[in-house]
Amino acid sequence: MERRQKGLERKAYYASKIKKAVHLLFYKRHSMPGVKGWELRRAIGSDYPKIISLLDKYLERLDLTIKPVFEEEANPPEKPTLEQYDKARFYVTLRSGFTSGDLKLIGWRIDDLAALCASIAYITSKGGKVQRKDLEDLLKNKIPDWRVDINLDRFVRSGYLIEDENGQIYLGWRTRAEVDQKKLIDLLLKTEIEPSVQKQKEQP
Amino acid sequence: MIRSMSGKGSNVKKAREDLQRIIETCKSVETRGLDPYLVDVDDLIKAIKEYFPNWENVDDLCLDTEALNHIASIVKMQGEWVKNRATALYRDPFLIEEKILRLPLESIVEIFLESWRPIVEFEQLTINGFSEALKYWSELPPLSERWQRVGFTKTDLQTVTHEDVVKEGFLSSESFFENLENLWRELKEAASVKGRVKYWDFIGSDTYEETVKRAYLTSFLITYGYAILEINPLEEEIFILPNEKPSEGKGESISFPISINFEEWMKWKEGRKD
Repeated sequence: MERRQKGLERKAYYASKIKKAVHLLFYKRHSMPGVKGWELRRAIGSDYPKIISLLDKYLERLDLTIKPVFEEEANPPEKPTLEQYDKARFYVTLRSGFTSGDLKLIGWRIDDLAALCASIAYITSKGGKVQRKDLEDLLKNKIPDWRVDINLDRFVRSGYLIEDENGQIYLGWRTRAEVDQKKLIDLLLKTEIEPSVQKQKEQP
Repeated sequence: MIRSMSGKGSNVKKAREDLQRIIETCKSVETRGLDPYLVDVDDLIKAIKEYFPNWENVDDLCLDTEALNHIASIVKMQGEWVKNRATALYRDPFLIEEKILRLPLESIVEIFLESWRPIVEFEQLTINGFSEALKYWSELPPLSERWQRVGFTKTDLQTVTHEDVVKEGFLSSESFFENLENLWRELKEAASVKGRVKYWDFIGSDTYEETVKRAYLTSFLITYGYAILEINPLEEEIFILPNEKPSEGKGESISFPISINFEEWMKWKEGRKD
């Protein structure tokens, strides 16, 4: 009887912590979405990695996941320490990807999304930064000039890219949180160019 | 050749131009994100080394330092370039560019959708948030009332005379020298072990008002030769050392302003807690 009571208490304890974590993770409280590890620790206690893992299991049924983005971005830790978790930022993201049929549902035009993909791949391949002018020249090959500017400004505003005062463009916090850069580059290199397209390109 | 007496002026001019050119080259690589290995660092260092004995005035030495500083940035960029090449993410930029240019938009989007996991976030008003906001609104006084209640006004730093301090009630005129003597005794006691005490530890008190009062009196202790200040500019530390008897002030005295603002006092107080 006593054991059952303790079990119920533990369940209630975790349920209340998970609820709190959901509030923190889903609702945007600052200019950026997501929540820092230390904020989670302060709100739900030092066992927050366990709470996050329980919530992540629950969210799996909804095709969502909790993604920690560590400070050591280039080399994320395999077994993060509590200190590394504290400094990481946690986001809720989709677990599996979209299909092209979902495009209308997410409110992106196909050419805008392609421009975003091209920008991220190009910047990644150039070691993380490029001149805006070079990126514009690349995008202008396939997108009208007037749209390139609008697109780049939009990507900067939404956090996918960062632009500094020297006109250099870097990858922003949203790209780090949302895009698997390695997979993107590998897929891009793996994809074969259809012969018809290749032929078309080779024509003067 | 550069150092020969004849035509030294023109050589120095040429050397200056070369340094400017080095700086410009480095700057353009830095700002345009070009391949840092386009710069032959060894060559530039050799040139700087060769010109160095010619520099006699400060401007030229500054130019020399600036050039070295930019070369150091290039070396740093070269290190990062190597690191980037060693990461799992590195692929030949030319190949990527080719793919981007040759693939149709639809294929690019399909690739992106496979590697894109957008963040899920809510921006929604909750009943709790709404009731909190309503409560705040009902308790918020109108602007006309709030603007009347100005608690304090911030002014520029000003000097204060002894008369002003007496007038403001910080000190009474009768007790000034008595207070000074007491503070001197306190200082001698505090510095009895190490011979000196940190300035902020001596003047710092539980309240900001008391701290200002002690700083004010301490300035008189120093001016009248009851104590001397020891300043370590590198460690940014100031110590105060008591004199056994007021010194006559044989040496050259200088004025050394120390800001006793509220933020500094808070910082000291926090540091004391730690």
